[in-house]
Amino acid sequence: MMASSYSAKEEDGHHSGSAGLGGAAIRTRKPDNTAFKQQRLPAWQPILTAGTVLPAFFIIGLIFIPIGIGLYVTSNNIKEFEIDYTGTDMSSPCFNCSQSFSWNSTTPCKCVLFFSLDQPFESNVFMYYGLSNFYQNHRRYVKSRDDSQLNGDQRSLKEPSKECEPYRTNENKPIAPCGAIANSMFNDTLDLFYIDPNGTKTQILLIKKGIAWWTDKHVKFRNPGGSNPNLTAAFIETAKPVNWHKPVYELDIDSENNGFINEDFIVWMRTAALPTFRKLYRIIQKKNNMTPTLPRGSYSLEVTYNYPVRSFEGRKRMILSTISWMGGKNPFLGIAYITVGSICFFLGVVLLFIHHKYGNRNNSSDVPN
Amino acid sequence: PCCYLVKKLMNKSCDYEKRVDSRTIYVGHRPCPDTEAFIPSKFCDNRIVSSKYTVWNFLPKNLFEQFRRIANFYFLIIFLVQVIVDTPTSPVTSGLPLFFVITVTAIKQGYEDWLRHKADNEVNKYPVTVLEDGRSVKKESEKIKVGDVVEVVEDETFPCDLILLQSSREDGTCFVTTASLDGESNHKTHYTVPDTEKDLQALPATIECEQPQPDLYKFVGRMHIYKPEQEPAVRSLGPENLLLKGATLKNTKKIYGVAVYTGMETKMALNYQGKSQKRSAVEKSINAFLLVYLCILISKAVVCTTLKYVWQSKEGQDEPWYNQKTQKEKDTNMYLKMFTDFLSFMVLFNFIIPVSMYVTVEMQKFLGSFFITWDKDFFDPEIQEGALVNTSDLNEELGQVEYVFTDKTGTLTQNNMEFIECCIDGFQYKHRDTRSELDGFTVTDGPVNKLQQKEKEELFLRALCLCHTVQVKEAGSEVLADQVDGIDGLLLPQPEEERGFIASSPDEIALVRGAMEYGFTFLGLESKSMKIKNRENNIEEYKLLHVLNFDPVRRRMSVIVQTKSGETLLFCKGADSSIFPRVRPEEVDRIRMHVERNATEGYRTLCVAYKQLSAEEYAVADTGLREARLALQDREQKLMAMYNQVETGMSLIGATAVEDRLQEEAAETMEALQGAGMKVWVLTGDKMETAKSTCYACRLFQRGTELLELTVRTLEDGRLKLSFLSCRSWSTANQDYGFIIDGATLSLVMNPPREADASQYRSLFLQICQNCTAVLCCRMAPLQKAQIVKMVKNSKGSPITLSIGDGANDVSMILEAHVGIGIKGKEGRQAVRNSDYAIPKLKHLKKLLLAHGHLYYVRIAHLVQYFFYKNLCFILPQFLYQFFCGYSQQPLYDAAYLTMYNICFTSMPILAYSLLEQHISMEILLDNAALYREIANNAMLRWRPFLYWTVLGIFQGLLFFFGVRFLFSNPALQDNGQVFGNWSYGTIVFTVLVFTVTLKLALDTRHWTWINHFVIWGSLAFYVFFSFFWGGIIWPFLKQQRLYFVFANMLSSVSAWLVIIILILLSLLPEILLVVLRKPRGPHSRQVYLFLPFPF
Repeated sequence: MMASSYSAKEEDGHHSGSAGLGGAAIRTRKPDNTAFKQQRLPAWQPILTAGTVLPAFFIIGLIFIPIGIGLYVTSNNIKEFEIDYTGTDMSSPCFNCSQSFSWNSTTPCKCVLFFSLDQPFESNVFMYYGLSNFYQNHRRYVKSRDDSQLNGDQRSLKEPSKECEPYRTNENKPIAPCGAIANSMFNDTLDLFYIDPNGTKTQILLIKKGIAWWTDKHVKFRNPGGSNPNLTAAFIETAKPVNWHKPVYELDIDSENNGFINEDFIVWMRTAALPTFRKLYRIIQKKNNMTPTLPRGSYSLEVTYNYPVRSFEGRKRMILSTISWMGGKNPFLGIAYITVGSICFFLGVVLLFIHHKYGNRNNSSDVPN
Repeated sequence: PCCYLVKKLMNKSCDYEKRVDSRTIYVGHRPCPDTEAFIPSKFCDNRIVSSKYTVWNFLPKNLFEQFRRIANFYFLIIFLVQVIVDTPTSPVTSGLPLFFVITVTAIKQGYEDWLRHKADNEVNKYPVTVLEDGRSVKKESEKIKVGDVVEVVEDETFPCDLILLQSSREDGTCFVTTASLDGESNHKTHYTVPDTEKDLQALPATIECEQPQPDLYKFVGRMHIYKPEQEPAVRSLGPENLLLKGATLKNTKKIYGVAVYTGMETKMALNYQGKSQKRSAVEKSINAFLLVYLCILISKAVVCTTLKYVWQSKEGQDEPWYNQKTQKEKDTNMYLKMFTDFLSFMVLFNFIIPVSMYVTVEMQKFLGSFFITWDKDFFDPEIQEGALVNTSDLNEELGQVEYVFTDKTGTLTQNNMEFIECCIDGFQYKHRDTRSELDGFTVTDGPVNKLQQKEKEELFLRALCLCHTVQVKEAGSEVLADQVDGIDGLLLPQPEEERGFIASSPDEIALVRGAMEYGFTFLGLESKSMKIKNRENNIEEYKLLHVLNFDPVRRRMSVIVQTKSGETLLFCKGADSSIFPRVRPEEVDRIRMHVERNATEGYRTLCVAYKQLSAEEYAVADTGLREARLALQDREQKLMAMYNQVETGMSLIGATAVEDRLQEEAAETMEALQGAGMKVWVLTGDKMETAKSTCYACRLFQRGTELLELTVRTLEDGRLKLSFLSCRSWSTANQDYGFIIDGATLSLVMNPPREADASQYRSLFLQICQNCTAVLCCRMAPLQKAQIVKMVKNSKGSPITLSIGDGANDVSMILEAHVGIGIKGKEGRQAVRNSDYAIPKLKHLKKLLLAHGHLYYVRIAHLVQYFFYKNLCFILPQFLYQFFCGYSQQPLYDAAYLTMYNICFTSMPILAYSLLEQHISMEILLDNAALYREIANNAMLRWRPFLYWTVLGIFQGLLFFFGVRFLFSNPALQDNGQVFGNWSYGTIVFTVLVFTVTLKLALDTRHWTWINHFVIWGSLAFYVFFSFFWGGIIWPFLKQQRLYFVFANMLSSVSAWLVIIILILLSLLPEILLVVLRKPRGPHSRQVYLFLPFPF
């Protein structure tokens, strides 16, 4: 500005003193002849031409179509059984339970659903519960938790985060675990029975370990008081979430699966991405190679119906599924791969055609690629 | 001493006396005998303030100025909304980048202001010597008061505007260069006020002069010198007595002067005009795109808010039993709630307009401009300097130039004058072997009278020797000589004759040197007498009576001298057009032929005339001139009238031809510029013939070019010429047209007698000009040059203009044009200082525009489009997610990802690209000027490419979101049957996003240096590393450990891998397809077109 017009005086005597951009240093010197400064860095200059892209299309096509077929077959081979036990229909065995629901009822409502599997489930079977129209990804819901409380932090146990409102305190006692997520934990009990052709019912052993992420179970979630086995003492002076029947330290009798590190609880605390979701409930381990985990036949599902969904038009499902290396049943990936592979292949053919028909004219004068 | 304080206080009110027409100054603050009481007038002090801030007001003032920028203000609002309203993302996500931007800018501006303070202080604290009460007192410059007598020694700059009272030189003159004021680096002579050559300590005098005004060359004043028992003597003061602040004393040991204007009232300070901010076309495009995105943003927020309330109206949705509202939420007024919801959505989607784009664009411009200063091709060994970048805001504008306005002298030509030939009385003299010879070329019929011819010859040469303002450089100042421009050391065969001349125009030196070669040597001016050594080595002495200075209106100058024998002679030299009407018509024809021939050869011609003044005539002229010089009012007009009166009835002696050589590669450069689709206009103050020949020499006009002339001469032929010209069909074949207009005609076009015609004339004029390949405007005043630039600039389609010039007379057009280029030529630094870019030579313009400009444009255009694109496909999934989360403003991505996306994960590759990309190598760009046309008219930032990028962004955003959505229809994605939650969903989308966006850039990169490899693969690696790290630790400062092991678990799922791969591939497929399907166009476009990473 004006100052720079003063520096002109210096320029007259060939001093360099201007604050000009990068000018001061360069003024008297010849610019360095480095590759960088002269913008002559050695560079790879790839050119995408039909010649280079065409093979890529074919290769992608040739790789993707088999992968897609593999995925599709894998997904198809997964056995999945789904049963809705919401009880909205009059005919449904759980209709009564769903209608007569009240938060204060002390006697649990039970209902039994019968179903049959047409095919045996060979490998490990995973039992999921599915909820629909349940907005676990609602912002108010997602943030309504206190991770440091769940990590065993004593201070947060006594003074839960503000985010937990309105599930933060009850009767002036801090709620543990606080927040809407914990408060609305899924508490239906699902029991599975196999009914022999001769009519005898055998309960199927449902394993409740290994349903939560290992890191969640072992690092992210920790009971207060560390390894102290007396959870009741650790949770003293706290209140149970208002909608729970039992306090958190009575979730399980197994001390490795009680309190905050109860795996059902941890699974629930991982909020689902979409309003219709499933969560892993139990695992049915394969006993031996001879018999299928779940043979063909009739089964009964005994539901202890605690969880109300009617008020928001939700649905509850029980899902039995085997698992492959790619997870649960989902034909999407297989179809996607087959489609993309085919498109690539098709485009390759079209391009090749175009290239041959119209490209030759240009290619004649072209440097061969 | 006691009144000093009073005065100091009074000084504060500078503008107190503004309304009075003149100011009275008491030299040395001494009361003067006859005047009324001595009133110490109030003038401002000699402090110069160019700084904007002080320590105290820096913070508020700077912040205020920064937030006046619309973008900054927008981000501030978003930040405040985040602080006040319960929003989905923390204020840190937008506060941190904003804080960074504001801080960096504040530091930069603070530093610049500190430099200004330093410069101010340097000037203000500079020690000066002031005569006070008979003693020399050292003072700081800022303490100088009006009326102080100041001493200045050689090579010092004047601390304020001074009236020269006393000089150490015997003849009462001093030499000054005003290079820093007007760019003229020659030495100018200033004169002391007559009769003050005595004791300054007790000089009782007052000066009456006009109030400060910015014109450097105008000053009117009167000095009253009081002598005891005498009428006060009155001396007129003119610009020749005024030493301007900022000018430097040269060749003079010491001077004394009285301060008349100080501080901010000096002519220099008044002349300071802030360079107006130039904004590039790209920036305008950015603003347009911003508006579009702002609309997208607002409509997204409106859609979401509306849908949210539609959704909530359904029973049980708004507040299901598992997700109760807090008491506060319940109490909130519904409309307020709606409004805050709207704001929350705005905040959630605000990343679509990223702060980081501004940071990146600024960085790209700042760092990118270094490549210009670093370019060794711009280095000129002669002046040991390279290119200079004064502003980095306009780099990309260099690639968009449509009109080039160039100066002629010093820009197209070297401004290195050489005497070529002369014509005396119709005979041509060409200098060969230092011996004049007649070539027999003559138009006179009569026999050549040798004797008479010799007389004429000598008269002509004497005229050349006398009619000038050249000074002989004294031997004593030899050392200085090298440092001062405009000095021509002259080497003659005889070493003792070594002589340097100093003059205001190089033509004069060429003429004096020319005369020297013919045997007449100018020895110098000593106490008003000029000495000439003639052919017989005799010294002739002439008494210099008057100098009728050169001015661009008269276009001539004269001297009145008295010979030893008492004859009074007037010699006049000037442009043919200004001399011919003032000489006897019968003499004209003989010379005119030579002049016109010389002019078409590209020489600068001057005609020389003389006149013998009788004693009476001289007496009239003398008194007239003296009176005019003393006049306080309208001195200029009076002088002019007097000059015109004196310079009549002369007889023509001859003409001279001086060559001004073309700059190196001037023709090639002009050809390249025209090949690049630019229209080149030459704006010169020179006369038409000379300028025309230069244009031919530069190949601006070709042999086949049909020239359309619109000059005063052609105007006389027919008034309707202009409209006639415009009516002709331009489409006729491939005829090139050249258009010539002169200053006088131009002013007729610009300011027609009838105001109503103005717009019509202008549009006609523009229409003609735009249809011509080259336009030559000659005899332009500096202001007219700017006028033309402005007219073209504001014409339809607002084309990008570039002005290039080297002299002070080009400054106005350099400032006016979109891009101003200064040439570090001989005419001082003024043009360079006011330019946006300065280059040593004209030939460098080619590379600057065709290579640098082209690349900068492509880089920044791609940068801008890419930024909008990457933020669109960043935010679109977040928007779509609202449809699946009950419009609850739940962010899809973790806060860390939201913040880091633009700052860390995707910023470096595009920055590297925008600095290093050469989609076509520089050599090819320089060889094929036509490539410049490919990016003309802001081609890469028009709506079509913008639409393409937007569609691409939308396509990819949809793909990312729904691809993962379908995958999550069964969230059991691990081989142990465990399920993924919402954060895994977001992380998968985000991973696909980061990879796609980076690989998209990789696809566009045509020039992979190791830096590109490093930042592209480095960014991806950093993303992976960061995600592991971020999810690997329970962060104590985080309220929620949302991402704990999410990324690692995602990678353990084969399905996640597969979906990531296919989504990336699918997103990039159309891009690859387009590249392949694109048809090559034109002859060498195949080689070129496939390089272009962008569609049109």
